[in-house]
Amino acid sequence: MIHSLFLVNASGDIFLEKHWKSVVSRSVCDYFFEAVERATEPENVPPVIPTPHHCLINVLRQRVYFVAVIQSEVPPLFVIEFLHRVVDTFQDYFGVCTEAAVKDNVVVVYELLEEMLDNGFPLATESNILKELIKPPTILRTVVNTITGSTNVGEQLPTGQLSVVPWRRTGVKYTNNEAYFDVVEEIDAIIDKSGSTITAEIQGVIDACVKLTGMPDLTLSFMNPRLLDDVSFHPCVRFKRWEAERILSFVPPDGNFRLLSYHVSSQNLVAIPVYVKHNISFREGSSQGRFELTLGPKQTMGKAVESVLVSSQLPRGVLNANLSPSQGTYTFDPVTKLLSWDVGKINPQKLPSLKGSMSLQTGASKPDENPTINLQFKIQQLAVSGLKVNRLDMYGEKYKPFKGIKYMTKAGKFQVRT
Amino acid sequence: MRNALVSAENLQLTLKSDFSSEEQALTNNHSSGNEEKPTKKPHFFLFFNHFETMNEDLKEMLESNKESLKLEAMKRIVGLIAKGKNASELFPAVVKNVASKNIELKKLVYVYLVRYAEEQQDLALLSISTFQRALKDPNQLIRASALRVLSSIRVPIIVPIMMLAIKEAATDLSPYVRKTAAHAIQKLFSLDPDQKEHLIEVIEKLLKDKSTLVAGSVVMAFEEVCPDRIDLIHKNYRKLCNLLVDVEEWGQVVIIHMLTRYARTQFVSPWREDAVFDENSEKAFYDSEEERRVDQSKPYIMDPDHRLLLRNTKPLLQSRNTAVVMAVSQLYWHLSPKHELSIITKSLVRLLRSHREVQYIVLQNIATMSIQRKGMFEPFMKSFYVRSTDATHIKTLKLEILTNLANEANISTILREFQTYVKSQDKAFAAATIQAIGCCATNISEVTDTCLNGLVLLLSNRDETVVAESVVVIKKLLQTQPSQHSDIIKHMAKLFDNITVPMARASILWLMGEYCEHVPKIAPDVLRKMAKTFTDEEDIVKLQIVNLAAKLYLTNSKQTKLLTQYILNLGKYDQNYDIRDRTRFIRQLIVPNEKSGALSKYARRILMAPKPAPVLQSAFKDRDRFQLGTLSHTLNSQASGYLELSDWPAVAPDQSVRNVEVAGAPALSKSKPAKSNEKQKRIRSTCLRIMQHNYSLNYYLPPQIIQKTLNIMTKYILIHIVLSISSPFFVNCMCSLLHLCVFLACQFDAVSWPVRVSLQASSPVFVPETSHELLHRMTGKGLSAQYRFTRQPCIYGNSMVSLQLTLSNRTDQALENIHISEKSSTGQNIHRFNAIERLEPQASVTVSMGVDFNDSTQTANFQLCTKEDEFSVSIQPAVGELLLPITMSEADFTKEQGKLVGMNESSATITITPENVSSQSVNRKVVSVANLGVIPSGQENIYRFAGKTVSSGSLVLVSVALKDPDAMITINTEKTVMGSMLLRQVKTAVQGM
Repeated sequence: MIHSLFLVNASGDIFLEKHWKSVVSRSVCDYFFEAVERATEPENVPPVIPTPHHCLINVLRQRVYFVAVIQSEVPPLFVIEFLHRVVDTFQDYFGVCTEAAVKDNVVVVYELLEEMLDNGFPLATESNILKELIKPPTILRTVVNTITGSTNVGEQLPTGQLSVVPWRRTGVKYTNNEAYFDVVEEIDAIIDKSGSTITAEIQGVIDACVKLTGMPDLTLSFMNPRLLDDVSFHPCVRFKRWEAERILSFVPPDGNFRLLSYHVSSQNLVAIPVYVKHNISFREGSSQGRFELTLGPKQTMGKAVESVLVSSQLPRGVLNANLSPSQGTYTFDPVTKLLSWDVGKINPQKLPSLKGSMSLQTGASKPDENPTINLQFKIQQLAVSGLKVNRLDMYGEKYKPFKGIKYMTKAGKFQVRT
Repeated sequence: MRNALVSAENLQLTLKSDFSSEEQALTNNHSSGNEEKPTKKPHFFLFFNHFETMNEDLKEMLESNKESLKLEAMKRIVGLIAKGKNASELFPAVVKNVASKNIELKKLVYVYLVRYAEEQQDLALLSISTFQRALKDPNQLIRASALRVLSSIRVPIIVPIMMLAIKEAATDLSPYVRKTAAHAIQKLFSLDPDQKEHLIEVIEKLLKDKSTLVAGSVVMAFEEVCPDRIDLIHKNYRKLCNLLVDVEEWGQVVIIHMLTRYARTQFVSPWREDAVFDENSEKAFYDSEEERRVDQSKPYIMDPDHRLLLRNTKPLLQSRNTAVVMAVSQLYWHLSPKHELSIITKSLVRLLRSHREVQYIVLQNIATMSIQRKGMFEPFMKSFYVRSTDATHIKTLKLEILTNLANEANISTILREFQTYVKSQDKAFAAATIQAIGCCATNISEVTDTCLNGLVLLLSNRDETVVAESVVVIKKLLQTQPSQHSDIIKHMAKLFDNITVPMARASILWLMGEYCEHVPKIAPDVLRKMAKTFTDEEDIVKLQIVNLAAKLYLTNSKQTKLLTQYILNLGKYDQNYDIRDRTRFIRQLIVPNEKSGALSKYARRILMAPKPAPVLQSAFKDRDRFQLGTLSHTLNSQASGYLELSDWPAVAPDQSVRNVEVAGAPALSKSKPAKSNEKQKRIRSTCLRIMQHNYSLNYYLPPQIIQKTLNIMTKYILIHIVLSISSPFFVNCMCSLLHLCVFLACQFDAVSWPVRVSLQASSPVFVPETSHELLHRMTGKGLSAQYRFTRQPCIYGNSMVSLQLTLSNRTDQALENIHISEKSSTGQNIHRFNAIERLEPQASVTVSMGVDFNDSTQTANFQLCTKEDEFSVSIQPAVGELLLPITMSEADFTKEQGKLVGMNESSATITITPENVSSQSVNRKVVSVANLGVIPSGQENIYRFAGKTVSSGSLVLVSVALKDPDAMITINTEKTVMGSMLLRQVKTAVQGM
């Protein structure tokens, strides 16, 4: 399985290495560096790179490459999924998973990696179990440890490791018992030149933050569960119950977790909440181009469209852009040719617009394609698919928890072709 | 912190003194030499020295008496290891701390040991005894980590010690330690492959393990050590299938991949068309007349074990782990009947929302699938539309898939989409799109012309790569129908001067040569131009120039003779030997002389032979020779350790090998009459298999019932009906039939129904008198109600809990028509009491009712109504009330308990004051919280209780073992949630003594 792991930063330095079997020389990463050089963008590095004796599988998260060295046959997704799980764990422990965070906590990182893999095979990846084995570093705990000489490492096998609910530890206690659920839906869409939708689909997740004492058994039901076309669950959800009654019944993990991801069936038409009017043109022979962009809300069910951000990769020939926004600020990076416009909230009475001219390289021919516009936005208190949580009940414990549900719609991969 | 600072200061001090002395020495030595050198060298020494002193320093810290100093030192050493620095010389100092009490220190020492033991084998041996001691530690975590480190030390000398430790750990009580043992097997195997035979024995033992924790790891070991020993899996196959859902996700992936391979060797193909073909061609030869007839007339029936695998993996498509979803998808791809394959589509498309790396792998697999099964992904075509933000390799894969999905119906949509891509700023992607258009054009003849015209338009594109790619694709397309397209060839000849990409130039030249008869005027002119620039061209272009020259020479030698000779002369002295070779060959071929012999007669036929049009095919065309989802599939070449997926066997191997021996099996074979022929035997074994399988009956049925059922089934020929039912539609009928037989058998045996409980229900040991408030008189406007559990079997229904309700009227007027409303707000099935017509003031009445709590402690909510009012009331049962007591012998108890281990077992240890303990008190306490029967016990300190859940009749076994001053409570039941709740209640009850 996984032989070794190298962490490589954006400038190509290996800043951490860990071996689970015999040591593999770090020179194996040369093949990886070659691949990085060949790829124009960091994202273009192929995830699986074969070398004569090994195979390198890498993932890129927050400008850090996690390069796993593989020697024999293994499902590549197994490795990729595991590497992402490692990053998630680091984020859980240190807040972020950057080079600096890893370097600062190198001992904890090492202890974690030691627990997560044995002989290259995953041993414990559940964050609840890991946290019992190795307590996350906090300032308070560091101080206490230096005074009392106690350690961050647990001495007992975590209870979760052996139980039927490995995701939850026993003996959880809270003074305020709360359970919050965020229903977040993302619209993935491609809108064509004329404004008609080429493809649009809704992907949603329910993220939960559950802080409940004891072993609560929760059920969550929807008003319209038929909307959900395809779902994937946290392992805590009882699949049989969902199959039979379309009810989510589960003993939740402690803390933050993703309860459910779903896909809304493609039969339903997706309400696109914004429209973009654009007029981007380059004239043959002239070194000027026109740029006009107006945004407006549509089908928002009366909710405000917020945190709107427009970005677009302008053609290489564009030297500079001289634009004036009616609201918000815009930046244009002449090197990467990336235009981004932070619009903020869309006011339906006064639609935001960005107008002006672009100057092109003199003598360069007219670019043959207009840039694609990527859009980000947020709509609070709206699940665009219409999904509604009916009720949340708790069994198995006596107290009354505080419950809350929040809805939000966001743009996923939302592109407008011009 | 302070320590660190102090040591840092020391470090500087020592450095300084060293530095000065070194420097002096150096300046003395080199004073006569070059001036520059000495100034450089001290730096080097400084660094070296620094390292040395730091190590010294660490050594000192490690040898100090203070734990905190040692820990600090180890942390710094681990930091060095992480950076890839060499810290091996600290080995002696570090290894001393291996027996430290501080667990964090110990773990860091482990990290160090594993890293350097290979280099310092002799010193590493010093630590072995510590691990051997730790292997006996009462703490399972310490046992496990000792085994982990011991097996990770790659020192060949300790192989026997490792072997011993593994064997011992494989029988450890803790599943966690057993899991570690499974990992250790692989480590030992890679260290010393000669141990294979011994390790296989351990694997065999661990495969039988019922713990979900062990399953994944041991299968991993199996795959690594002895993947060919498929016979070890037979007996565990059904268990693995049934455990699969509860195994941790990484184990699931490994098990699913292994089971895929297993199934391909054990079951016949469910892909019917192949199956029929195979039968006709081969079987007729080998098998006897009779059997062949049976085979041919019999429609395909899926082996129940095959079905079991498909059924039990299906829910895992909903996993959050992408590797699991992919594993299940590939299992369905390789094993399921074609019509069931579509269920994996949605899940695979869902994975495309995940990280970029996941997308890459999933798209690759979809690409392979979409070649064979367009229909699967066609409804999701739009999910594969390219976004400008996708990474290049993702874009290419999406393009590949869209090309594969193209058919007559959707080609116009796809081509419209492709038009957008051609204009993309990413020119490499645009080029790939052109290739894709070419592919569509050849595959779908209706659009060939449209595509060709579109591509010709692209020839005037400004971007060179686009033009070049178009030329190459047009060349391929033209080969299919050259005669109609001479104008395109002319057009390309005109563009020739502007095209610089070698591949494109070569393509145009080839076209010119091949179809020179269609463009008789232009071709010689092109050749003339090329003769001029020959020396500056790339090699592939040169080769094509030579080709063109030869072809023109043959067709139009008048105009081109001189030119050809000139070019051949140039080629003769070219630097590239390919070109020299080709020139020599062509010259011999086309210019007749005495040496060339007969060959030149055929020159025209050789060079101008009609050439088959190239087939534009996907790069994923033959990827399916590799199992999907594997590394080999991704790389498209066999990775080391790849295990080939075998073809379906033509005849299924013996199915009975997977039968797990039931307790009563020996009796079964004995009782069989000697004259019973083979056929009947086979029928019986099939029957047994179906029974075990569909209903997991082997766990619950006593052997005599199985025996009886079989007898009945054979006697009444029901089995023939069962066996002849093939369609899945009739599976339900089959179930009912089987149930009927089992039922009959039970009747014959005078065992009470339901069959699962072969155990006699008994009367409750203790009935608590306490009643609970249902409705307070204040909220009930004078009507008050109380309930209590009678702990008797309910007369209204087998799965109901019986309750006694006491209703009292506390008002001063009579209440009329007291009843329970028809609509119940929760799902429970409630048997209502008959309406009470009139309840006089201050009078009370007791009624009984039944509620089916469905084995959960969810509250039953219902409306208690009078003539005027409605009151919402709810009953929440304690878990102990959801049981009915049963009696059984102690031996039965232990046997049943043995079956309900692993996740079905929950236990707790509590401390109690021993003087209070007497058998009565324990019994009383336990039966007061739960409605259980007391099992007479032969041992003094163990108390056993048995019951079954009311609704499902699952067995609940409670045992309390007193071990001064602890009491260990163990609960074994299939209903794990109930088990853990019951455990808590029993715990509080026993503790309260």
